[in-house]
Amino acid sequence: MSNLTTTTGSNTTVSSGGLPSRRNTELAMLVFAVLIPVFAYANVGLAINDKLPSGMLGYGFGMVLLAGVGHLVVRRYAPYADPLLLPLATLLNGLGLVLIWRLDQSERLHQRAENLFGSFTPDAPKQLLYSAIGLALFVAILLFLKDHRVLQRYTYISMAVGLVLLVLPVFFKPVNGARIWVSIGPINLQPGEFVKIIIAIFFAGYLMVKRDALALASRRFMGLYLPRGRDLGPILVIWGLSLMILVFETDLGTSLLFFGLFVIMLYVATERTSWIVFGLLLSAGGASLVATFEPHVQDRVQAWLHPFSQEVIQATGSDQIAQALWAFGSGGVLGTGWGQGNSDLIGFAANSDFILATVGEELGLTGMMAVLLLYGLIVERGVRTALAARDPFGKLLAVGLSGAFGLQVFVVAGGVMGLIPLTGMTMPFLASGGSSVIANWALIGILLRISDTARRPAPAPAPSPDAEMTQVVRP
Amino acid sequence: MSELTLTVMRLGFLAVLWLFVIVSIQVIRSDLFGTRVTQRTTRRADQRPAQRAQPQQPPQQGGGRRGRGAGRNAPSKLVVSEGSLTGTTVALQGQTITLGRAHDSTIVLDDDYASSRHARIYPDRDGRWIVEDLGSTNGTYLDRTRLTTPTPIPLEAPIRIGKTVIELRK
Repeated sequence: MSNLTTTTGSNTTVSSGGLPSRRNTELAMLVFAVLIPVFAYANVGLAINDKLPSGMLGYGFGMVLLAGVGHLVVRRYAPYADPLLLPLATLLNGLGLVLIWRLDQSERLHQRAENLFGSFTPDAPKQLLYSAIGLALFVAILLFLKDHRVLQRYTYISMAVGLVLLVLPVFFKPVNGARIWVSIGPINLQPGEFVKIIIAIFFAGYLMVKRDALALASRRFMGLYLPRGRDLGPILVIWGLSLMILVFETDLGTSLLFFGLFVIMLYVATERTSWIVFGLLLSAGGASLVATFEPHVQDRVQAWLHPFSQEVIQATGSDQIAQALWAFGSGGVLGTGWGQGNSDLIGFAANSDFILATVGEELGLTGMMAVLLLYGLIVERGVRTALAARDPFGKLLAVGLSGAFGLQVFVVAGGVMGLIPLTGMTMPFLASGGSSVIANWALIGILLRISDTARRPAPAPAPSPDAEMTQVVRP
Repeated sequence: MSELTLTVMRLGFLAVLWLFVIVSIQVIRSDLFGTRVTQRTTRRADQRPAQRAQPQQPPQQGGGRRGRGAGRNAPSKLVVSEGSLTGTTVALQGQTITLGRAHDSTIVLDDDYASSRHARIYPDRDGRWIVEDLGSTNGTYLDRTRLTTPTPIPLEAPIRIGKTVIELRK
C-alpha cells in the first residue's frame, strides 16, 4: 500500500510568525535612546554647576534631529531592517557625547590643555559635528547601496584599497608613538577604522569563493582537522601582514583587529575549529616575537604588567593605566554619579581611548555592565542578521562586520581595564574622534542594509503547476 | 544640589539605562519564540482525524473505527483502475481523501483534464463513503452520471475524473 501524501523535501516548515517591519518599535526605542542621554546631560549640569546646562536644548535638538533623520531614512529605504541597531547606536553615540561634554567641563583638563597647547578647545561640539557626518554617511549608504551583494563585485578592489589604507600611516609622522594617523592639511584621519569595513568586504568575497577548499581538504589529527600545507597560505599571509603593521606602525590594535577578523571569518566560513587554534597560536607567537625587539610594544606590555610601578610610569611617561584602574575602583558598584568622579586625572586621551574609565567611575559596575551589554546587543543583532541572511556573501559580511565591532570593543575595554596590553584604538561611538564615529555609523548602515534584505518577506514563489489552467473536455 | 537629589538621579539613571537594555531584549524575544516549527506530516495525520473524530464520536460510542455503521460491506481501500496512477491503492481509515492536481491533495493527479481541487471522498456520519465534486472544470462522473450533489459510493462503482478512474473495494 502506498501513501500518496505529498511530503515535498523536508517535513518541517520554519516560519517566523509573520515578521512585521517593526518600524514603530524602532521609533519607540529611539525616543527612549534620545531621552536617556538628555537625562544624563541634565544630570551632569546639575551635579557640576547646580543648574541645568544652557546647551541642553541645542544638544537635545541635535540628538532628536539625528535620530529622526536616521529613522525616517530607514523607514523609507530599509523598511524591514532590524529594529534595534539604530536605537542602540544612537544611545551609545548620545552617551558618548555626554561623556565628552562632561570631560570638557573638567578644570583639570582645562589647566592641562592650557599648559600644553596654550588654549583649551572643547571636544563635544566637534563630536556632534562628526556624529552628523557619520549619520550622513549612514544615510548615503542606505540610499545608494540598494543591495549589499553589489559589494561582492569589489572584492579585490577593496583588498587593494584596504592594503593602501593600512600602509598609508607609515609615511606620516607618529603621534604619541603609534603611526595610525594620516594628516592631509587640516584633516586627520585614522584609516584603521575604515579598514575594518573594507577588509571585511574583501574577506567575505574571498572566503565565499575559497571556503570549500579551506574546509574540505584536510586530515584529522587529535580531534582537529588539519588543513593541507598549501591551504595555510592565506592565513600565513594575513599573519605576516598583521605582524608588519605591528612592527612598522607600532599599533597593536589594528594588527589584532586585522588578524582576528580574518580568523573569525575563516572559522565561520569553514566551520573548522582548527583555524581558531591556529589563529590563537600564531597571534600569541607573533606578538611575543615582536615584543622581544620593538620598544614601543615592550613599553605597553610593561605598563600592562606593572601599572603602579614607579619605574614603569617614569619610563613610559604616563600613569594613564594606573589612573584608569583607580577610576574603576573608586566607582564601585553604583558609581559616583554623573559629573562627580575624578576620571579627568587620566589626563591625556581621557575622552578617547580611556573614556570607559569615566563610565566605570561615574556609573559604576552597574552602568559599565549595561554599556557593555549595549555593545553586546549590537554584535548579537549583527550575528542574528548573518543567520537570517539568505546569501553566503551577506552572511559572511554581517559576521565580519559584527566580529570586527566586537573585537574592537574587547581590545579597547580589555586594554583600559588591564586585561590585555593597551592598544591605540577607540571605543566605537563613545570615544571622541571623527574617524571612529563616522566609520562605525557606516558599519551600522551596511548591517541595516543586510538585515533589511534578510528580513524582507520572501518573494512570491514561482507559479506552481497547480496554477496551470485545466484543459476542458470538448464533447 | 542636595546630596539626596543627586543620589536619586544617579540611581534613577542606572535604572533607566538597564530598563533600556531589558526592553531591547524584550524586542529580541520574537527571534527566540516568534518562530513556529510545524511538522507537516504529523499535522496532516493529526488534524484530519481530529476534524472527523469530533462529529463522529458521539453517535458511535464503543464502535471500532473500521466497518462501523455500514456493516460488513464497508470498503477498506480505494484503488485507481485507469489513468497514469493505475494500480495505486489508498487505505480508507476514516480520513478525507482529496483528489486533484494540487500538490497538497491526498492523491495528486497528473492529468491535464483534472482540476487543482477536483473532488473529495469522505465518510459521513454513518460511515458511508461519499464522493463530492469540488466545482471542477470537467466534472466528476459516478458510473455515467455527472455528480451534482455529494453522493454515496456503491462498492466497485467507477468514479471518473479526467482520464483517471478510481473505485472503492473491500
